[in-house]
Amino acid sequence: MSQSSAPPPVLEVRGLCKNFGALQVTRNVSFELKAGARHALIGPNGAGKTSLVNLISGRLQPTAGTVLVNGTDVTRMPEHERVKCGIARTFQINTLFMNLPVIDNLCLPIAERLGVANKRLRPASAHEGVIAEAERLLSTLKLDLDALRKPVRELPYGQQRLVEFAIALGVAPKVLLLDEPTAGVPSEESHLILDVIESLPGDIAVLIIEHNMDVVFRFAQEITVLVGGAVLAVGKPGEIAANADVRTAYLGEAAHE
Amino acid sequence: MDLVLNAMVSIAFDGLSFAILLFVISVGLSVTMGLMGFVNLAHGAFAMVGGYVTVALMTHAGMPFLAAVALAALGVAALSVVFERLLYARFYGEDELKQVLLTIGLVFMAVAGVTFVWGPNPQIIQTPDYLTGQIDFGFRKFPTYRVFLIVVGGAIAAALFFGFDRTRIGAQIRAAVDNRQMAESVGINVGRLFTMTFALGSGLAAAGGALGSEILGIQPTFALDYLVFFLIVVAVGGLGSVRGAFVAALLLGVINNAGNYLYPEASGFFIYVVVIAVLLWRPAGLYGKA
Amino acid sequence: MSLGSLAAAPILTDHRVRPLEAAPWLIAIAVYFVLPAQLGLATQILIMILFALSLDLIVGYAGIISLGHAAFFGAGAYTVGLLSKYGWTEPLTGLLAAAAIAGLIGFGSGWVLLRTRGLTLLMLTIAVAIMLHELANDLDTITGGFDGLPIETDPILGLFRFSALSYDNQYFYALAVLFLVFVLVRSTVYSPFGRSLVGIKESTTRMHAIGSPVHLRLVQVYSMSAAIAGVAGGLFAQANAYLTTQVLSFGLSGDVLIMVILGGAGQLYGAFLGATAFLLLERQTELVLGTEFPYWQLAVGTALVLTVLSGQNGLLGLAITLYRRLRGRTS
Repeated sequence: MSQSSAPPPVLEVRGLCKNFGALQVTRNVSFELKAGARHALIGPNGAGKTSLVNLISGRLQPTAGTVLVNGTDVTRMPEHERVKCGIARTFQINTLFMNLPVIDNLCLPIAERLGVANKRLRPASAHEGVIAEAERLLSTLKLDLDALRKPVRELPYGQQRLVEFAIALGVAPKVLLLDEPTAGVPSEESHLILDVIESLPGDIAVLIIEHNMDVVFRFAQEITVLVGGAVLAVGKPGEIAANADVRTAYLGEAAHE
Repeated sequence: MDLVLNAMVSIAFDGLSFAILLFVISVGLSVTMGLMGFVNLAHGAFAMVGGYVTVALMTHAGMPFLAAVALAALGVAALSVVFERLLYARFYGEDELKQVLLTIGLVFMAVAGVTFVWGPNPQIIQTPDYLTGQIDFGFRKFPTYRVFLIVVGGAIAAALFFGFDRTRIGAQIRAAVDNRQMAESVGINVGRLFTMTFALGSGLAAAGGALGSEILGIQPTFALDYLVFFLIVVAVGGLGSVRGAFVAALLLGVINNAGNYLYPEASGFFIYVVVIAVLLWRPAGLYGKA
Repeated sequence: MSLGSLAAAPILTDHRVRPLEAAPWLIAIAVYFVLPAQLGLATQILIMILFALSLDLIVGYAGIISLGHAAFFGAGAYTVGLLSKYGWTEPLTGLLAAAAIAGLIGFGSGWVLLRTRGLTLLMLTIAVAIMLHELANDLDTITGGFDGLPIETDPILGLFRFSALSYDNQYFYALAVLFLVFVLVRSTVYSPFGRSLVGIKESTTRMHAIGSPVHLRLVQVYSMSAAIAGVAGGLFAQANAYLTTQVLSFGLSGDVLIMVILGGAGQLYGAFLGATAFLLLERQTELVLGTEFPYWQLAVGTALVLTVLSGQNGLLGLAITLYRRLRGRTS
């Protein structure tokens, strides 16, 4: 555990609860992520994993509990302000600017980060810093530079997923929330996603929701198991795999996949 | 009767009859918008055509009033199905702007159409004798026709409430309004449900347009004049809610009439203040899903 | 193809001025020499182009559908009208005041309204406009109500006097104002701010998730749009020397939306084509076919239905599609 002189964890979630009327979607969830963490969130369908990510990213307001980023309480902040504090996320289904070219999809988040997104006088194409950064980011993700000017809707789904990643990285996050990164990606292309996850900067804390156990056991240093909105178990991959409760609740389902 | 009380009763009564009309015409719009999310600004045109067809049936085919209304409603319902299948269905799930403009275009065409056939002047429906005059309720007399409207409209409302809340189809509609994908996955044929609901809503609108001729009039400007009122009922009541449409229509009808009696110069202004206040307080409408 | 996709012109597309962009302005100047008897109509067209341009900003770029934009047009018109009534008749400051008042109303109403979307937002835009219309009618001792309000305007820069008999000065005044505002709008559309609006229209969810203050941006563009509509209204009041509460009517809000769509939303010049086509068609239909039958309404209705069914983005969108097909064939 962290000592009093150590820096606060990059992400800390305390007693997070979310109710929709009588329906308890998230029940008293607490955990923390340090810089460089590789943390997986697993659980059966309907366990509330995406809801938890939405609570952290700010898409949902909690009924109770707090979210802290580097010690700052962001619980009352709307989603876009939390991004400024360092939270970024990808969506389970690609949420891109479909009719815009690939490069534009990147320029928008980078412009927001660099604080030039509300400038009205100079044309966007004159902001060379933004464009150069976008190109750089796209090339590190091994996206075809010829594809830059194509509308993103013309890319195959796997490549679109890479753009989804790039957008999240474009805001230079400290905490990255990946919601089922391999979902919908054909198996021939999934290695691209895995390479990206592998090469994520070492200082970013990453939380991955995944159903694909190969991915989970390959990347995770720690796993949290969520069932019915509450934390069932937390631990290293080996511990989780050996945990009988987890097997019953979840891995039993995975055997059917 | 005491003068003030008398005035209040008048306001309530007139407001109620106006409200019932608004409800009967608008309820279809609310349910179909809640079901398919399709912004149908041409709904008022169905009501208008209902009025015109009733006039035609009465003057040219010599049909009695109630039969003409019923037949007009059925005819408009059938016609609306044609429109829905051929034209509207293409734009479900599309840009709202397209739906707005498509249906505005249709209204313009409808207005031009009825003007070509009947001319720009209002059409008069000859109310049958048994519906004219006044009924004496003892403490007060009320115009027979308005009593008739309230009774018929009330019966329609009751039938709709019952149908919506207690029948299987009503449950299917409510389920589909709530979550269309979920409803489809449990086997509800939402497309067919929608066509049926659309036909019913359009038929009711036509009936309302015909029945309301004394209060609303039957003229080419009808479709656009009252459009805003129908939209208010739908937005304030909440999409897809029969109860919401009823409450909103009541509110609108009573406030409108109260305003006309008490502050005729400013009544319009006041209605919209209320509308804005309600929509800001409850953006999904009083009974809409948040 | 959605109506929105043509607004999605890539960031890296040339923002530099293309030669073809000089065309509308050259045509406008040519009209002065070639059709001097039509300057009255031409001035109305210029004013409506400005109005449609303001609406296109929010409809075509930010994706906000409004059936109440006449509120801002009317607010600008009445600012000029009331200033004139109470003694202030200088035109340029009048326009600035019109922009300021309309912009302020846009800011206030936008701040509150833009928290909603869909039908609720549409209803609220309608309600605000009708409310202002009713207010203007109710206060008819001040506003002149249905009977109207006569307006006096000083000569521009002390030199160019408006005359009801010859619209020469009004025409060039309107043209100059349109040009200046258009330059502003064009640079806004190509700026990072403008691109973020397109982003909001494409995927509001994504914009939130990249840290974009969506509500603030929408309020900003709504206020800007309101201010420009106010300038158009002010121009209307000054050029016509007369106002009625028609400038706040629901019908006008509908007309200007139709102009934007007929011309093509989100393409900058759609407003030019749409307003011109609408007003010319209206005038021609009345002149040739008379007002006895609603030919005009039939024409507009049919045009709208055809535009939506065609899947083209208005006249300009159609022109671009045809041009691309032709080029495709020859290359």
